[in-house]
Amino acid sequence: MENLVCKCGHKNPPGTILCESCGRSLTEEEQSKKLADMRYEGTARRSQTYNKSIIDKIWNFFSSVKVGVGIIVVLLVAAAIGTILPQAQYVNVPVRNDATLQAYYADVYGEIGKIYYFLGLHDMYSSFWFITLVGLLAISLIVASLDRFVPLYRSLKNQRVLRHRSFMNKQRIYAEGQAPDDVLVKAEEKLKELKYNVTLDKNGLLAEKGRFSRWGPYVNHIGLIIFLSGVMLRMVPGFYVDETLWIREGETRAIPEAPGYYLESEKFTIETYSGEGDEELFEDALDRVGTVAKNYQTDIVLYQTPEESLPGATDEMEMMKEESIRVNQPLKFDGYAVYQMDYKLNELRAMTFDLTDKETDASLGTLTIDLVKPEDSYDLGNGSKVDLLGYYPDFSGFENGEPQTATPVPNNPGFLVRMYTPETPEGEVSFIVIQDTIEPLGENQYKLTFQSAETRHASGLTIRKDRTLPILGLGGLIFMIGVAQGMYFNHRRFWIQQQEGGTVLLAGHTNKNWFGLKKDLDQVSEYASLPVYTDQQEEVEKKEKLDKEQKVEGDELR
Amino acid sequence: MTLPELSSSLLYVAFIAYLIATFVFGGAVKGNKEGSFKSEGRWGKIAFIITLIGFIAQLGYFFTRWAATGHPPLSNMFEFTTAFGMTLVGGFIILYLLYKTPVLGMVVLPVALLIIAFASMFPSEVSPLIPALQTNWLAIHVSTTVIAEGILAISAGAGLIYLLKVVDMEKKSKQRFWLETIMYSLIVVVGFVVASTYFTLTDYQAEFTYINKDNAEASIEYNMPPLVGMNEYTSLTEGAMEPLLETPAIINAGKVTTVLWSFIVGTILYWIIRLIARKRIAAIFKPFLKNVNLQLMDEINYRSVIIGFPLFTLGALIFAMIWAQIAWSRFWGWDPKEVWALITWLFYAAFLHLRLGKGWQGEKSAWLAVAGFAIIMFNLVAVNLIIAGLHSYA
Repeated sequence: MENLVCKCGHKNPPGTILCESCGRSLTEEEQSKKLADMRYEGTARRSQTYNKSIIDKIWNFFSSVKVGVGIIVVLLVAAAIGTILPQAQYVNVPVRNDATLQAYYADVYGEIGKIYYFLGLHDMYSSFWFITLVGLLAISLIVASLDRFVPLYRSLKNQRVLRHRSFMNKQRIYAEGQAPDDVLVKAEEKLKELKYNVTLDKNGLLAEKGRFSRWGPYVNHIGLIIFLSGVMLRMVPGFYVDETLWIREGETRAIPEAPGYYLESEKFTIETYSGEGDEELFEDALDRVGTVAKNYQTDIVLYQTPEESLPGATDEMEMMKEESIRVNQPLKFDGYAVYQMDYKLNELRAMTFDLTDKETDASLGTLTIDLVKPEDSYDLGNGSKVDLLGYYPDFSGFENGEPQTATPVPNNPGFLVRMYTPETPEGEVSFIVIQDTIEPLGENQYKLTFQSAETRHASGLTIRKDRTLPILGLGGLIFMIGVAQGMYFNHRRFWIQQQEGGTVLLAGHTNKNWFGLKKDLDQVSEYASLPVYTDQQEEVEKKEKLDKEQKVEGDELR
Repeated sequence: MTLPELSSSLLYVAFIAYLIATFVFGGAVKGNKEGSFKSEGRWGKIAFIITLIGFIAQLGYFFTRWAATGHPPLSNMFEFTTAFGMTLVGGFIILYLLYKTPVLGMVVLPVALLIIAFASMFPSEVSPLIPALQTNWLAIHVSTTVIAEGILAISAGAGLIYLLKVVDMEKKSKQRFWLETIMYSLIVVVGFVVASTYFTLTDYQAEFTYINKDNAEASIEYNMPPLVGMNEYTSLTEGAMEPLLETPAIINAGKVTTVLWSFIVGTILYWIIRLIARKRIAAIFKPFLKNVNLQLMDEINYRSVIIGFPLFTLGALIFAMIWAQIAWSRFWGWDPKEVWALITWLFYAAFLHLRLGKGWQGEKSAWLAVAGFAIIMFNLVAVNLIIAGLHSYA
């Protein structure tokens, strides 16, 4: 396409509606309008100019507001569908895999659950198509902004003071009439007082205020793009850590994904509201709902191994911090944060048994099995001994005659033992779980009788490191600045020209808040004795209304 | 009088003041014969002063309750919803000062009354905070959000007035149907309040045991006659009504029963009003709206959105994310409440693009504003009570 040459001699890029230099209308359509289309200063937007190649078509697609809003609406509806049933991450299944999740949705929610799972809606927000939708929105944000921002910026940067008469009289605020000779000087004075930037050129004046508000939409879109790129960065290794650590009272454990750091749990505390003393006013509420948790807390000590020590070597650990981790008060160190997320009360620590004669109940000695570090053999003295042949911390049943354990956590410990006594020197085999004893190789003479158990609490901690947070914060901040910039400020301009013979042309434009613009103009008009202006938009509307009424009256007469 | 007692008395005062102000605003609008704005000004001013008294009383409720419990009263369904009623009135006060429009008061105050009445159907005794809520972010996040929602609701109020004026109630149309549906749903809320109050005053109780979704036996207490029974229910209360049907285990029949009673009572009320007035509810308002300046309503609608939208972004997304990062270790987790806050935000973003980019002003804008309010109410009511999530504190 060729450049458009205006009558004033200025070469405009193809697609321009209003001449960049003098403001004359360049298209027939625009020429026939009563008021100029000032939305993007009549500049050539790529999307409105080219529509040949495939790239043009893609560009035009994404630069359209209609398409942008369409993507927003599809996202909105999809997001809503994802809340009909709980997402998989909030569902409680004993073992988490596809099969158990599928079974869960089918069992609990019936046919709807099956369909929901089948469509992948149980894990919708991380699905390929949902992320693609967000990506499309991001592309639309970028393309639509560039399509508008670039020509608008060029146009506002290069704007001329003197505009053609046809540009002036197609502005919404317009005046033409006699004025005193010092009109420009006085207008300049008053406009400067009202904080306008005033430029003079020959017989003309351009006053401008708040141009930066025109960048508001693009600034807030940049904020959103920064936010979304921050979210994408989390997929890059090293930017994001999310680990779970179960730690029991008295234990010291390496913090996962935080090399060199160790955590010791001194104590886990859970408190509930008592409804007494200070809390008496909560009595009614507590009566109604039962117990309410007041505090979950793990008292910890943080250690670090010196840098030169070997990985895993803990003998030279240095204490860094002694602190309490509570909900809303994570432990923070070196970019990591450790959160109080879960707990388990009274986890088995050790179990004590008596070796007894089944008939006489006489005890041959006592043994205590440490459930974290069990020993292979326990010598009870006097020729009695118990060998631990197998230990199953979380016994879940037999498979092919072999005892199985579901997890390494001592929730339901099972012991396969061989008991030796002076009377049974070849030993008797027994399998013991809580409340039950199995004698796989025939009737025994002796048994292990449960005496007592030692318990302790366990804390479920989450370890996070998220180096994208500053990026997300920056994105949010820029978004808010952009929104405020675009919404709470406006771009006001006045053009004044002194013609030969004392006639003055005046035009005014703002991107919004015409009321404010008129208030400014009233002050300037009074001071500089400018001709009386009209709001041409209102004139047009009044005329339309009048036409309509006359038409109705005409209809009635007929 | 103890502090909590003083607090609830102040809430009563606020409620009564809003009620009186509604009628005075109505009188100000109705009494204003075409062309004479004097009476509107005078009565409008009186109604506005009454509204201010009510608002100050409600602020009194808010801060005395805060003083009594030591935490901002924004922690459960009763407290949040009451605060929503308060910010709605607060938003109205700001816009009244800007635009002096009694008709806005006539429409917004009854909605605020309805919201406060709805709130008081939930347990209102002062309750302690669970660990996740014990932080200043409760005050920061929730108050910003509730103020934003109050202001956004004003845009719906202005939109509703716009629609009540422009939609032709004589001719059958989609617009007429939907506008009447809006009025009907407001009356269903009245139905809920009436039914709950009646059954609470008559002390209705019926206990049932049932088999829950984990196949365990559980019990439930109905406070309204059980129209719908739980999964494999057994009645424990003699003389209690036999439920008309049984629901699967995942459905809480107690809540379904409450919803059904609200619809039954609401529908009866609707038809009583409609038969007495001999016209649709939306048509009853027509005479009050003769002098409404449509352009002004459109302006109020837009102005509320551009004040409310950035505040909502700040409170319901940015502050929410900061707190979620501190309390739950992640700033975003697709919890239903979070998702619906995002939906609300996307909706108003679309609203602004359509208005500024596609010229959707006037009636289209008014419908969008009302739809935005519906989304906010859905997030408040349905997401708390129906969809279980981390935010179900009620």
